[in-house]
Amino acid sequence: MNLRGLIPLFAFVALIGALAFGLTRDPRILPSELIEKPFPDFALKDLEGERILTPSILEGQVSLVNVFGSWCVACTVEHPQLMAIRNEPDLKLIGIDWRDTRAAANRWLVKHGNPYDVVIFDPNSKLIVPLGVSGAPESFIVDKAGQIRYKHVGIITEKDWRNTLRPLVESLQ
Amino acid sequence: MRWILLIWLSLAAPAFAQIAPDEQRAREIGAQLRCVVCQNQSIEESDAQLAQDMRRIVREQLATGASNDDVISHIRDSYGDYVLLKPPVQSNTYVLWFFPFGLVIVSFIWWLSTARRREVVQTEAELSENDKALLSSLMDDTS
Repeated sequence: MNLRGLIPLFAFVALIGALAFGLTRDPRILPSELIEKPFPDFALKDLEGERILTPSILEGQVSLVNVFGSWCVACTVEHPQLMAIRNEPDLKLIGIDWRDTRAAANRWLVKHGNPYDVVIFDPNSKLIVPLGVSGAPESFIVDKAGQIRYKHVGIITEKDWRNTLRPLVESLQ
Repeated sequence: MRWILLIWLSLAAPAFAQIAPDEQRAREIGAQLRCVVCQNQSIEESDAQLAQDMRRIVREQLATGASNDDVISHIRDSYGDYVLLKPPVQSNTYVLWFFPFGLVIVSFIWWLSTARRREVVQTEAELSENDKALLSSLMDDTS
């Protein structure tokens, strides 16, 4: 039997395989360039407009930095999980309120509850772009030295917390 | 006639408007950066809010005296190679850049090697003795 005739068929199957593999990947999830790098420098006001916050708020404890906005529907879905972990010892919850107004964000936090220890107010993507964020919600785990250790794109589910984030936070203590 | 010329010139005036050199550079940089929300447009073309913010950040950095390469590498540090619309030639993109040329060269070599063989292919097959006998017997039957 002449196997050379089957070469086009093999090439076709290989091409279909490569394309099928490409379909399984979510194009919205971009690789983070920032893993194992220091959190980008910033100087932005908090949600009350009183204090200027800098990366010094990350020092000394493990933090979960969560990008949200009152306009973000998926954040409302994620919110109960953040509320559930807000009293977690040894974890600071830092919110980045993105492309929002102070009034709308405060209303949203009163309505749904405020899980954050501190909220960075970033209406003009000053911190969002250096962080490489493309959408909300998006979360980062930052270690005690202020290094980014993990990026989570999308909603943090109970399962994500239990299987991935909590073990990581514990390992960083 | 003169007033027609005047009207025509006043309409044409915006076409001669000067673009500030920094704005020109910002547009050049923006055209090379991918909008990470819509993914197939540059940040200059996209209406996404994040693209607007990135356009402003590009202009702010140019205003501080950064070079085009500084601005692009700054954005690339946060979003990765992905944000460049033209993939850089580096070890993980060699396949992308050189595979097409390799394919052309391999195809050409393959074509050359088979071309020689093709010349000796006979277009008319000789009939064997058996076939000749069979053919003539069939021809005899019908006559």
